[in-house]
Amino acid sequence: MTATAESEVGKARLRKEDARLITGQTRWTDNLQLTGMLHMAVLRSPVAHARITNVDVSRATAMPGVALVLTGEDFAAEQGSLPCAWPITEDMKSPAAPAIAVDQVNFAGEAVAVVIADSAYHAADALEAIDVDYEDLPVVLDMEEALRDNDLVHPDLGTNKCATWVFDSAEAGSGTNVEDEIAAAEVVLERTFKQQRLIPAFMEPRSVVVDVTAGMYTVWSATQIPHILRWMLSAVTGISEHKLRVIAPDVGGGFGGKLQVTPEELLCLLIARRMGRPVKWTESRTESMLSAHHGRDQIQKITMAARRDGTVTGLKVELLADMGAYLRLVTPGVPILGAFMFNSIYKFAGYRFVCTNVFTNKVPTDAYRGAGRPEATFAIERMMDELAVELGMEPMKLREMNWIKHEEFPFTTVAGLTYDSGNYEAATARAMELFGYDELREEQARRRAGGDVVQLGIGISTYTEMCGLAPSRVLGALRYGAGGWETASIRMLPTGKVEVITGTSPHGQGHETVWSQIVADRLGVPFEDVEVLHGDTATSHKGMDSYGSRSLAVGGTALVHAADKVLAKAKTLAAHMMECDEADVEFASGSFSVRGTSTARTLGDVVLAAHVAHDLPEGMEPGMDADATFDPDNFSYPHGTHLCATEVDTETGLVKISRYVAVDDVGTVVNPLIVDGQVHGGLAQGIAQALYEEATHDEMGTLTTATFADYLVPSAADLPAFLTDRTTTPATSNPLGAKGVGEAGTIASTPAVVNAVLDAVRHLGVRDIDMPMSPERVWTALQGREDTGAGEVAAGGLGSIDAQGGQA
Amino acid sequence: MIPADFRYLFPSSVDEAVRMLAEEGEDAKIIAGGQSLVPVLRMRLAAPTALIDIGGLTELTGVRDDGDSLLIGAMTTHYEVQRDHLVQDHALLLRLVTDTIADPQIRHRGTFGGSLCHADPAGDLLAPALALDAVMIIAGPGGRREVPAAEFFVDYFTTALAPDEILIDVRVPKYTGWRAHYEKLNRVAQAWSIVAVAATVQVRDGVISAARVGLTNVGSGPVRAVDVEAALVGQPTSAISEAARLASSGDGYKDNLARVLTGRALTAAVG
Repeated sequence: MTATAESEVGKARLRKEDARLITGQTRWTDNLQLTGMLHMAVLRSPVAHARITNVDVSRATAMPGVALVLTGEDFAAEQGSLPCAWPITEDMKSPAAPAIAVDQVNFAGEAVAVVIADSAYHAADALEAIDVDYEDLPVVLDMEEALRDNDLVHPDLGTNKCATWVFDSAEAGSGTNVEDEIAAAEVVLERTFKQQRLIPAFMEPRSVVVDVTAGMYTVWSATQIPHILRWMLSAVTGISEHKLRVIAPDVGGGFGGKLQVTPEELLCLLIARRMGRPVKWTESRTESMLSAHHGRDQIQKITMAARRDGTVTGLKVELLADMGAYLRLVTPGVPILGAFMFNSIYKFAGYRFVCTNVFTNKVPTDAYRGAGRPEATFAIERMMDELAVELGMEPMKLREMNWIKHEEFPFTTVAGLTYDSGNYEAATARAMELFGYDELREEQARRRAGGDVVQLGIGISTYTEMCGLAPSRVLGALRYGAGGWETASIRMLPTGKVEVITGTSPHGQGHETVWSQIVADRLGVPFEDVEVLHGDTATSHKGMDSYGSRSLAVGGTALVHAADKVLAKAKTLAAHMMECDEADVEFASGSFSVRGTSTARTLGDVVLAAHVAHDLPEGMEPGMDADATFDPDNFSYPHGTHLCATEVDTETGLVKISRYVAVDDVGTVVNPLIVDGQVHGGLAQGIAQALYEEATHDEMGTLTTATFADYLVPSAADLPAFLTDRTTTPATSNPLGAKGVGEAGTIASTPAVVNAVLDAVRHLGVRDIDMPMSPERVWTALQGREDTGAGEVAAGGLGSIDAQGGQA
Repeated sequence: MIPADFRYLFPSSVDEAVRMLAEEGEDAKIIAGGQSLVPVLRMRLAAPTALIDIGGLTELTGVRDDGDSLLIGAMTTHYEVQRDHLVQDHALLLRLVTDTIADPQIRHRGTFGGSLCHADPAGDLLAPALALDAVMIIAGPGGRREVPAAEFFVDYFTTALAPDEILIDVRVPKYTGWRAHYEKLNRVAQAWSIVAVAATVQVRDGVISAARVGLTNVGSGPVRAVDVEAALVGQPTSAISEAARLASSGDGYKDNLARVLTGRALTAAVG
């Protein structure tokens, strides 16, 4: 076995996944073809709230190739309710969540009938022949209106209020009473921000195939969570868990959008059980936008108390969070993940967070990249700029005087979290230098003085976030339904090759590459000799999957522990083989040697000896495999400083980002190339919220942004060349020192952009502009006119489209 | 993509295509590059009974010199228009507009004639076709006929083309030596224009001797800014900012863009 000369950790390796993905040598769920496979198409409600008075499937049933047409009635006895794993309060209202509507639809896009046919074409054709009669009910779309309970989404619940969740630093003992801080404050600012609804827009549409053979159910799904899905499908259907196998093959992106137990997964399973034949469903893009869960959608009322010298003293957060029509897997908990982050890196004396979750007749919301934390970061970073304006202070100086100093770590915040490490001064200094902060401020002053058509603005976001989800005891305290540990196994094969099994479920992140680097480094084996197995509950029998920037900090740590177990056992055997005391054995570069001698055995020699088991120490089991499960005792806290310069064309309202600097501290980096990729993609998604993306509905509740012609996802052509750099303050909560990077860019960037745009036009009398800051919104604000809330004039595009005919 | 069922036909001549169109009746559609029709099929917003693919008609591709004008084959792709020397020399505005259409993949598939026939008022080629006094040459059961752009674009997604007719060529008068610019405002690169202005001007000795200005996406079809054109003739280039105000009289956002972008398009053209 060859020893690796240079350290794998820290090496910018190209991803081992890429060749097969780029050349199509892979298997997406939709590529699967099974003998006798049937295809499901879903008829979706075109109306947002109605009673179903009749469904006539007779014409559809007679169409060519159609095997069966089923309605909600047909599933009523067996479909149960889709799971919500996060009942945030004792008294949370939780409506039954059928996979297919039985007698009432509660959002436009909800399934009302399915066709099962011999081809996807025949199934889609037959959808058009199903006649559904709807009796309209009042549509509830606006959260504030919903809370008046005049019209109810779920009349049986008696209210549109789902739950109220409170954190109060005085009650928790982590700080003072915020009302006292507000009463005593020299300055009190109150602002309301709107977090628009977003669509996760993963690249690969969702797809499910279910096979049933000899009583064994195999579910392939484009999911982030094969392990959780297996558990939940078993719980909902009553199919024994050991008779269910879930496979997530290559999955093309998720961003939280595939952290779900979907109606279609359940329906395919029930249909396969009913028919005894394999069933496939693959959605179209429009179907995805109409029915897969959305993200964000909050109204944030923020009150900040401060002294005239700039010291912040109190923060009160009152949120309304739109649940949509049902509670999906973690819907009610998403805003709660933000509860601990509004105070961010600043030292507030008093803090209170009150979140009211509200039902509306819209697609359910759930996790979307950052999940609760981008919303919190946006609010606090906007408020810091508002306070700087109010006090006439330099916004970075104001932040600096309030943030936790590097020598104060570990620091327990007013929200009760203990930040283990960080250095905000270092990240900020590096960002200011890269950005040319002072020069840009001078340029800004020149343009203001000259009354230039294109004004310059500078936006700051000094963020932190919590990731590495999550300590199981914390999840328990938050009433979450599962743990936050992660698991890994290492199988040492007799030829010295290594199989790694992980409970994380990559869907674009590059775990195969990074996990290989960690193992190669730890065991001194070549990178190429490591194969990473994941996403199949038959090979990876337990795991908590991938979301919340957890995979490396939690799953990578489990892997390190498993590798250490292999080494510990190998060392004992090596000592036995070399007939020396174990204390004299050294391990380096994949080889065990006796200290001070030339006697050595490679790891491969030792593994083979363990495998043949001809001569093992007394009591040692044959083989050299190891399992480890790691439950973190704290979150990890990436942080950083993002600086954005925007040019705002005051005649057209167009915003252009002229410079973007991101200096992130994500702890120890295993693969810098992958980290850069995560940051770039994260920035694109955060910038998209600031400038481009918004899911909108008409007054009837129809989604008017159900295609990529109407829902504007930016491409590289729309984004600046990002200047990225890092500072490294290792996490102390795991041996890798890794903090997580999957969400940082998204969390940090949105307020940096919005602050920059406002900074460019504030001197022209603009106080705020809703996101996304479209040219029309910016121009309207510059005219001193009211934003009608209509957003951008539809320009071309496909506009509002008929929700019926899901496979369109 | 799961469209409704259709018959697929592949004619080998324009006459055969016209015959097929007559035989298949009103629910048949011509498919050219498919960059507008395919999304419509995909979403089942239309379900034609037959698609007549004119992609094999090489006689409809390419740009020819025809004396005082250019003849641009309807099946010439945007990419081919971008790279054509005749277009560069005699209809610079068309090349500059085409440079901004969607993305490289679409420009390799989408066609000049297809865009005009789709008649999306947000489409980029309508305004320059109108401003340049292009003439559509149309084949039908009764033979050939010519329709000027000003009569061709009737309404949103509606042209003077009868259901049994095919656009085969577009005649564009030569604007040799004219300067040009296309000023386009869109939210992301692949999005349609909110408003765009296509301008081309002839400048002699610092005086504007002729101007053509077309506006994209300000109405149900392309709009020619005739008042702006008239106000510029015989004027020095310094008259542009005043003339551009005539592009629209309203106070809405798009009216503002029409004025601002007209000024910018003309300024960039003469610059």
